[in-house]
Amino acid sequence: MKKLSIIITALLVLLSVFAVASYVYKQEKADQAGENAQKNASVLVRDYSPTLGNKEAKVTIVEFFDPACGTCSAFYPLVKQLMSEHPGKINLVLRYLPLHPNSDVIVSIFEAARLQGKFWQTLERAYTTQQAWIEHHTARPEQFWLQLGVLGLDMERLNTDMQSPEVARRVQQDLQDAQQLNVRKTPGFFVNGKPLIEFGYQQLRQLVQSEIKATE
Amino acid sequence: MSDSPNKQSAALLNNQWLLIFICWLIATIATLGSLFFSEVMGLKPCVLCWYQRIFMYPLVIVFLSAMWPTDRTVFRYAFPLAIIGWCFAVYHYLVYSGYIPESLQPCSEDVSCAKIDLELLGFITIPMLSILSYTAIILLLIIYRKKTLS
Repeated sequence: MKKLSIIITALLVLLSVFAVASYVYKQEKADQAGENAQKNASVLVRDYSPTLGNKEAKVTIVEFFDPACGTCSAFYPLVKQLMSEHPGKINLVLRYLPLHPNSDVIVSIFEAARLQGKFWQTLERAYTTQQAWIEHHTARPEQFWLQLGVLGLDMERLNTDMQSPEVARRVQQDLQDAQQLNVRKTPGFFVNGKPLIEFGYQQLRQLVQSEIKATE
Repeated sequence: MSDSPNKQSAALLNNQWLLIFICWLIATIATLGSLFFSEVMGLKPCVLCWYQRIFMYPLVIVFLSAMWPTDRTVFRYAFPLAIIGWCFAVYHYLVYSGYIPESLQPCSEDVSCAKIDLELLGFITIPMLSILSYTAIILLLIIYRKKTLS
């Protein structure tokens, strides 16, 4: 029996060390992430960033997204639902973080559609048709182009606008800001400048609700 | 306790069960350590890391089963795993220290095996820890084998 108790004791010690080390490490990382976000608060939102909801709202969700990211597409209706649960209280700001190959071209289509006032429709179209234009984690802009018919866009104008250097500049700026804010995965959320440390819808919901409470 | 440390350690090594217990400790620490690097710190394991994990993780279970109740044939099962894992660890070491050209190494573009993600105290790398763990397990198993045969 002595051997068995040695084994069990050793196992418990090792597992507790692992658990404590994980907790300490995560706590430290969370503190760092919060500090980093605070330090770089000025680059969280750019004047050109697309926004949805009440611009005067006291709670702002900043979302770094990639049109080719499946989780971003799954989160989009959840974020909208969260906004409709608290009407007028949330402002959503989108930032581009096209991590998949060719995803930046999809972003430039969004920006071009924005000039025709159809940014959000195009974004939603991209999310709902992801299966049709993503192959092996690579965006196929020519396939996405075929999905745009229903939106009633001026396609010729879209084609010209998406080539504009201003669009490329915005994407570059967003990528740079993401790096500075230490966002490496999409979707990356900030609520009133606080980064969502542990990823998940419930976590995002809690963070948003606590911010709403804090401002009331 | 304080009479003779040599005698003490000799007595320790004489105990065959303890040898396997230490092997198990090393394998478990290596397993939890690698999980800490990937799951807690978020360092993505490269292909070669995965092969080393494949041969280290089962050792935890193999040694555990051999300890309770004691199974003297554990060498037969644990040794091949440890040797193969050791080979991958050495290969990995050669890749990242530049002895094997990068073009020959089988890693995908996402996570390069030649890139050093972590250096503890400035020189201890993850593949080095892997070589050390495998080497220690192999040596202890050889001692165990000699003792069980004699």
